Amino acid sequence: MRVAWVRPPTPKAAVIRLDNVSKVYARGARPALDDISVEVERGDFVFLVGSSGSGKSTFLKLILREERPTSGDVHVAGRHLNKLSNWRVPHLRREIGAVFQDFRLLPNKTVFDNVAFGLEVIGKKRHHVQSMVPETLELVGLAGKEKRLPHELSGGEQQRVAIARAVVNHPPILLCDEPTGNLDPGTSIGIMRLLDRINRTGTTVLMATHDDEIVDQMRKRVIELKGGQLIRDQDRGVYGAEASA
Amino acid sequence: MRLRFISAEVFNGLRRNSTMALSVVLVTFVSLTFVGAAALTQMQVDKLKDDWYGKVEVSVFLCPENSRNVQCAAGRATPAQEDAIEDVLKNGSVAPLVESVEYESREEAFEKLRERDTDNRFALLTADGMQASFRVKLTDPEQFELVADTVAGIEGVDEVQDQREIFKGLFSLLNAATFIAAGLAAVMLLAAVLLITTTIRLSALSRRRETNIMRMVGASRGLIQMPFMLEGAVAATLGALLATTGLWLSVRYLIEDWLRGSVTFVDYISGDDVLVVAPWLLAIAVALAVMASLATLGRYTRA
Repeated sequence: MRVAWVRPPTPKAAVIRLDNVSKVYARGARPALDDISVEVERGDFVFLVGSSGSGKSTFLKLILREERPTSGDVHVAGRHLNKLSNWRVPHLRREIGAVFQDFRLLPNKTVFDNVAFGLEVIGKKRHHVQSMVPETLELVGLAGKEKRLPHELSGGEQQRVAIARAVVNHPPILLCDEPTGNLDPGTSIGIMRLLDRINRTGTTVLMATHDDEIVDQMRKRVIELKGGQLIRDQDRGVYGAEASA
Repeated sequence: MRLRFISAEVFNGLRRNSTMALSVVLVTFVSLTFVGAAALTQMQVDKLKDDWYGKVEVSVFLCPENSRNVQCAAGRATPAQEDAIEDVLKNGSVAPLVESVEYESREEAFEKLRERDTDNRFALLTADGMQASFRVKLTDPEQFELVADTVAGIEGVDEVQDQREIFKGLFSLLNAATFIAAGLAAVMLLAAVLLITTTIRLSALSRRRETNIMRMVGASRGLIQMPFMLEGAVAATLGALLATTGLWLSVRYLIEDWLRGSVTFVDYISGDDVLVVAPWLLAIAVALAVMASLATLGRYTRA
């Protein structure tokens, strides 16, 4: 079996839940998020779509507890984030893998060390790191490239390293912010296949994207934001609202 | 694993920022040298006071035949007056402050002078030209004023002299030196804090990519901040060690070897006294670094 760490099936439960959440950055300004209520269940694959400034980034930041809601409640991985004290925040982040458009790799560390870094700084034992990193690199299709430096890799491969780092600790949630934004369409499809495979192991994937082709192809749940409001929440949806009508 | 990670980060940080780290070492070195010098000067002053004040006496000079002092208008102090003065010192209100009283007659004073006068400068002087006195040792030399005021009013007393007066000039000089050293130390310490703050800030900025990733994967705040704090603390500690070494060498060679050989009647501070000051210098250095880090890091490595 390729994937040695399939999560046992668990009853459907919301791993991310927003109840009437609003976020206003500056007093008097238009809210970045306006009374959003949404649930994401364990094992879901959800696209978060909307134009720039629609509130996608704020949505992700609330889940990562980089921001706090102005009103409403945010629950993530069984934690009520409104009541989460600052010193518990790192524990929340260990339950959430995060992947970004710009990869965010350490340029002077090898592929192996970049992935290991994420484990080392949360205090994983050496033998643990030694076994988990190669396993994860094989999962993302980078076996044999452990000793390369990021600049020796293609964009798609760099993003695979970032994904490996995000999932190496088996988080229940994977957040992706425009993971294919810097990649060509062919490479993007490879990344989407990988995310799909990770999703099938039981990891909940929430992906913010502008890539209509990918959304249309995957036919997953789509949540669309516009001007801070939730205007669509559709199973097996497509990118543009008109197309689905 | 974490310990190794932290020590590696500290080492890397110091190496990457080596010029800044070196300047932190030097500034803490100089500032703590001044702090230590001020402390050692005060220790020396205390030692001198302990040593000398225990030896000095209050001299109560008795009226000679032809004093210009109004109180001595009646002429030379009579034996009855001398007894009365001695009685006040031994049994009067100031008696608890007095440790011992010794009478020095004119002849005894003359003998002492002759002993010291090896080149016969005072050959023309006779015992009659000397002044009889009571030599009083006090239990607490600081209480001189009280004793002097009580005794000065008694008939037959010409003048009360406190030998401590002789040292006043020296002590005020040493105190002034302490103030100057402490003032310079304060300015230098401020410079050290600012420099440590800047160093830590630069270090945090240059490693933003790492710290962002650490936050993202859920490293604890302590682990993220620890390397920066330790960087400041290591540099400051090196400065403190240099300062201690410098002070110890100065005391060892300037005071113990040189001053003690040339000016012999004084009890000096020693290298051991530097070792008493050293832990404080270390504590100040570490406290400075931690304070500077706490003030800086909150902004650059937020949760």
